[in-house]
Amino acid sequence: MTAFILKRLGFAAITLFAVLTIVFFIVRVLPGDPALAILGDQASQAALEALRVRLGLDVPLYQQYVEFLGGVLVGDWGISMVSGRPVIEEIIKVLPATLELTIASLILGVVVGIPIGVWSAVRRNKLPDYLARIGSLLGLSFPAFVSAVLLLLFFSIQLRWFPVISSGQGGSLADRLRDLALPAINLGLIMAAYITRVTRSAMLEVLNQDYVRTAHAKGLAFAIIVWRHCLRNALIPVVTVVGLYLGILIGNSVLTEIVFNRPGLGKLIVGALNQRDYTMLQGMMVIYTLIVVMVNLVTDLTYGLIDPRIKYS
Amino acid sequence: MTSPSHSPRLSRSAYLRIALASLAAGLFKAFNANKTSWIGLAVFVIVALLALLAPVIAPYDPLDQNILNRLKAPSAAHWLGTDYYGRDTLSRILWGARISLTIGLMAIGSAMVIGTLIGMIAGYFGGRTDLLIMQVMDVLLAFPSLILGLIVVAMLGPSVANLVIAIALTAIPPFSRIARAPTIAVKNREFIEAGHALGYSHPRLMFGHILPNIAPEVLVMGSLWLATAIRVEASLAFIGLGVNPPTATWGGMIREGFENILDSFWLALFPSLAILIVVFSLNLLGDGLRDAVDPRLKGEQ
Repeated sequence: MTAFILKRLGFAAITLFAVLTIVFFIVRVLPGDPALAILGDQASQAALEALRVRLGLDVPLYQQYVEFLGGVLVGDWGISMVSGRPVIEEIIKVLPATLELTIASLILGVVVGIPIGVWSAVRRNKLPDYLARIGSLLGLSFPAFVSAVLLLLFFSIQLRWFPVISSGQGGSLADRLRDLALPAINLGLIMAAYITRVTRSAMLEVLNQDYVRTAHAKGLAFAIIVWRHCLRNALIPVVTVVGLYLGILIGNSVLTEIVFNRPGLGKLIVGALNQRDYTMLQGMMVIYTLIVVMVNLVTDLTYGLIDPRIKYS
Repeated sequence: MTSPSHSPRLSRSAYLRIALASLAAGLFKAFNANKTSWIGLAVFVIVALLALLAPVIAPYDPLDQNILNRLKAPSAAHWLGTDYYGRDTLSRILWGARISLTIGLMAIGSAMVIGTLIGMIAGYFGGRTDLLIMQVMDVLLAFPSLILGLIVVAMLGPSVANLVIAIALTAIPPFSRIARAPTIAVKNREFIEAGHALGYSHPRLMFGHILPNIAPEVLVMGSLWLATAIRVEASLAFIGLGVNPPTATWGGMIREGFENILDSFWLALFPSLAILIVVFSLNLLGDGLRDAVDPRLKGEQ
């Protein structure tokens, strides 16, 4: 177990290092001079030179690379070219909002997706199955911003149940939940569509196995067979998919945050793109990579919790 | 999937015809296994025809502004209403379909070719080559595709070619994975061994003998990824990284419609439905076919 964790940690470190290297060079090969981009055409040569020194752009590339890697490790992710504040500070300020949204949608996706997936598999080729299949296929056909716009149109503008613009800045718990509701429903239903599909196909595979027939034969209640015996064995692919689709969830959260005007990483990255804030973009890529690498690690470790037969080697 | 039987004396064109025929037969069987695929295909073909014929059937010029006629609700003259500049929404949706389909088809076409090649090389040669290639692909896969696309387009600038590059980049790793697994399964079969014994070259075995066997799976994933590509293109346009205005793109139209959502909701609604119809039809098509080509799901129908 320890050896396995160490191995996975090693792989995570390699992935992180590789992506950081790619990120560093992508940002460096961007056309245009960052100093000029910040100060504009009217800036004097001396001012440009001074800013380049401040941004650390005056030293050779390999030195910048070493400093960049070292900086990432100790939490020095550079200074935002636009706001002048440390990148990591700006990211940490909005990170809770994005995590809140992501985790809420993940929970919603699991709570809605797994029961429907199981039900659909058990009633295969019956009406509930067809409905679940069409529904989930429809759910994953929605670009996140399209569903967000439609939800906003219907629930906020037509029915006025929810605020059109989230405040997201503290407030009472009830306010926060109201702000969170529509964005989380938007992402959660898309997540539920993915989870329904993978739960269904995993359950179908398990339901055909011999031990299920044996359980039937010895007179075990159908509900116990399905929920205790089959679901547990079907969960591994489900966890894998949840881990994999977290990347999609992160991408979709960008779109959701824009539509609902919610603070978070999504609004931060779009702002950084519009203002050509390269250090901020670099920091955003680092944080996204960190999140994805960590999720993959947790996904791998979860397998052992679900299925004790899995030996970590 | 049957391996095409042939003698080494068969001419190249005759062999190609056999390979294509068996591929077509395989796909036809897959279509019939799940009728919903036909519905998906029919809807997608209609959309593609509408896009192709846009210059002929669009009632107005998609860029024609008419300030006196702006933000009009759907009417007999403008079936789907007009936008902030008085442009006809229906015409813009028809022309927007061309952008979506062009970018999607070009991006997925190139990702399919490059990704399949990479996956076949990894699976065919195995060992260190496989390890190295798949490690690189895993690193690329680790990155959320929308974020990757966002950064690439922001770097290179929003044009049709750059959007194709950005979307293709995000789709190459999955295609290499899809192509690798069946390549490993096929390369150990007797007919490949026989090819080795006959002294066939690696490229000949890979393209002549393995490719036809893995093509159905790759093509099916192609239809599902085309749906994803169209979704990503629209998402990028919605963020403001689509083909530059005033060119009509679905994502861009929703972005503009979103600004007037309180009084003219149809501006965001109709292009949303257009995206949904196309993506859903492709998912319906690919999903039905996948059930048929996925050996694990055999006997489910």
